[in-house]
Amino acid sequence: MLDAHPSSPSTTPSTEAPPIVTFEGVTKRYPGIIANDSIDMEFRAGEVHVLLGENGAGKSTLVSMLSGLQQPDDGRILIDGVEKPISSPAEALDIGISTVFQHSMLVPSLTLVENATLGRKWWQRPDRSGTAKAMQDAAKRIGVTLDPMAVTGDLSLGERQQAEITRALMRGARFLILDEATAMLTPNDAARLGELMRRLAAEGMAVVFITHKLNEAVAYGDRISVLRLGKKVGGLSPEDLKSLDAQEATNQVVRLMFGTRDTTASADQKPDMSTVDRGAKPSLEVLALYADAARVPLSNLEFKVWPGEILGIAGIDGNGQKQLAAALAGQAPISDGRIVLDGAYIDRLSIGQRRAKGLRYVTDDRLGEGTVGGFPMSINLLLKEIGRMPYWRGGLEQPEAIRENARQKVKDFDIRTPSIDTPVGKLSGGNIQKVLLARELSGSARVVIFEKPTYGLDLANISATQMRIRETAQNGAAVILISTELDELLSLSHRIAVMDQGGIAGIVENTEDARHKIGELMSGVEK
Amino acid sequence: MTLFTDTFLIALIAGMAASGVPLLLAGLGEQLSEKAGVLNVGIEGMMLGGAYLGFYIAWATESVGLGFVGGVAGGILVAALMALFCVRMGLNQIVIGIALTLGAEGATALLHHVQFSRLYPRLPDVATWRIPVLADIPIVGPALFDREPVVYLAVALVPFLVYVYRRTHLGLALQAAGDKPAALDSAGQNVLIIRSFAVLGCGALVGLGGAFMSIVGAGVFVPFMSHGNGFIGIVLAMLARGRPLWVLLGAALFGACLSAATALQVAGVDIPTDVVQMLPFLAVMAVLLIAGRNAKLPAALGAAYVRGER
Repeated sequence: MLDAHPSSPSTTPSTEAPPIVTFEGVTKRYPGIIANDSIDMEFRAGEVHVLLGENGAGKSTLVSMLSGLQQPDDGRILIDGVEKPISSPAEALDIGISTVFQHSMLVPSLTLVENATLGRKWWQRPDRSGTAKAMQDAAKRIGVTLDPMAVTGDLSLGERQQAEITRALMRGARFLILDEATAMLTPNDAARLGELMRRLAAEGMAVVFITHKLNEAVAYGDRISVLRLGKKVGGLSPEDLKSLDAQEATNQVVRLMFGTRDTTASADQKPDMSTVDRGAKPSLEVLALYADAARVPLSNLEFKVWPGEILGIAGIDGNGQKQLAAALAGQAPISDGRIVLDGAYIDRLSIGQRRAKGLRYVTDDRLGEGTVGGFPMSINLLLKEIGRMPYWRGGLEQPEAIRENARQKVKDFDIRTPSIDTPVGKLSGGNIQKVLLARELSGSARVVIFEKPTYGLDLANISATQMRIRETAQNGAAVILISTELDELLSLSHRIAVMDQGGIAGIVENTEDARHKIGELMSGVEK
Repeated sequence: MTLFTDTFLIALIAGMAASGVPLLLAGLGEQLSEKAGVLNVGIEGMMLGGAYLGFYIAWATESVGLGFVGGVAGGILVAALMALFCVRMGLNQIVIGIALTLGAEGATALLHHVQFSRLYPRLPDVATWRIPVLADIPIVGPALFDREPVVYLAVALVPFLVYVYRRTHLGLALQAAGDKPAALDSAGQNVLIIRSFAVLGCGALVGLGGAFMSIVGAGVFVPFMSHGNGFIGIVLAMLARGRPLWVLLGAALFGACLSAATALQVAGVDIPTDVVQMLPFLAVMAVLLIAGRNAKLPAALGAAYVRGER
């Protein structure tokens, strides 16, 4: 989505602009860890400053100190060259620092206008029409269209972020922090946000952009700082970024983030098309499936998946992907149609019966429906087999069998955990995902549904998970891969179906022009 | 049917107003508190605080007006503890709420015992304001438009609160504090102050309701006299969600049920009073079954707000 390096990110002579905020030796400790260790950093006007780092590198802590939510334990913060603490969010706003968090900070039950007037003096009456106009003006200035009178809860995440940025502008922000702002956006929305960042920087605003994604960092950043284990381990200056092409810059950043290890460049890999025998009996057939899901009803879904095949499901988030997965797994009722697994109808079966037949569902809601955070890892590995032999006998736990199973899974799936008794909620996102994979992929999996399997993971865990998906298919299971990352789908899938408003807009073979075709299907050009 | 005589209807409607006012004030108070995200289970205790202090001051000063001021102060006093423990210190709202209710029951009973021993001094009847013209309507007129001023005040609070919730920044801030406190904080407003305000405001309203019970309703203070009214207030707030007008309707319904017991006796119907006294609670369950299914509560209700914790 971002192959082309956009036209010279640094149009302004950024190095000459004075820093708005300077960190000098800023340190923040939490019990047991040093989240930020003596960080020196400068944030300048007219610059998009990208903070890169894996999960737990200390990016969020740094942001919470910039936005006044946390105070450093050591070191100095200079505002416009003068030492001044950012003691509260209100103080940060006064300085002109606005933060757009990964999770929307708008009140869902209020309209955009009402959200924009939050924080005014309590005895005043909200001036709805006046604020709406100011909001429209600010939005127009940065090339965003929005409806100020819309209730926030009805808007997509991308729209909410645009509204938050607009609100920040209305408050006179000159320093905008985007905390993992693209993590939950569709590719198109993310690209739009990237363009918006460039426009804001061109207007002279200082933008701090926190992300996991290297391609975004290189495409939108003027300056990149890399954090690892709470320390700043280096970065790329605007001069570096201008002189290097996208690939060189990416490689350099990867070296900083992971030491010398190079990126596996998963986007360049193509699945082995010859492994799928379409003459054979399909593992999973979905016939004219309808479901009355509340938000996105499914209508007339029809597809087959063969053994060893990976069928990608593309589409903008919230177009029925989740509902499809729930309907297949038996978690949501269907209203019409049939589901056939290995030649037998399974649409009347319960969740447990479908699982016994080899249908597995790896949810993206890892800590919600996927695991019980407070339970030890060893139990979470058997969450769907509680009460069964050989781990339970006559209703009694068999601790040794459970522990043995856990030890084996830890080894097979490379789960990094202090012990097998550690509550799963204490593990990192990548290791929780491994626990889920270990549970769902063990036994005789015939059809596996992966829902956004790499969402929120860092690079090392993304490639481990993607390898696991390939392996699953190679072992003869049919795989349904739901993802909003087009690159991921193109590198893994044999065919890709595009979902649009609860239906399938089309299914394309993963050939050279697949990207183009999918784009057309997603934008609704081809119906 | 001979049941619906004028006497019966006047008794029913007048009784509805008398028992509905404490419910209305409790419901409005709880609604205010819940809007800001504090589930206030302590309002039974606040009501008793208001009933006791209101009665005592009205008795000591022989002034009804000061009595009501005392009632408001009594409710605020108990609410201040709630604000301190649940908002400032972030302790569990349900545990503290129950503790405050039990504590206030004991404390007011003890104080009453120390001061009056086993005597139950009565207050004189409170003067009423007769609203011209309206009071001349048959049946409804004498029952509703020839009442104590505080009844009119309680009803007037309904449109006032509608205005506050819909038309002021305070209303927006309250809603934000209940739905997404972090958003309010990052907008530069202090969540703890907004929530404390809501809890104290709740205490004031509920305390006034308690004072109404002791000064106007009964004319005496009897230990444990709030008698579940605060809890019905919680139900009213839950059913009405953010809408004060619904609290008024609910209070009228439950008030009518409560007064039916007396009215039926006035009409000479021979039903065991125990059965009649169960009416309001049956009504609570019936209304919950019918209207409570889709009751949507603030997202952050019951959760203490601690900055930076997500």
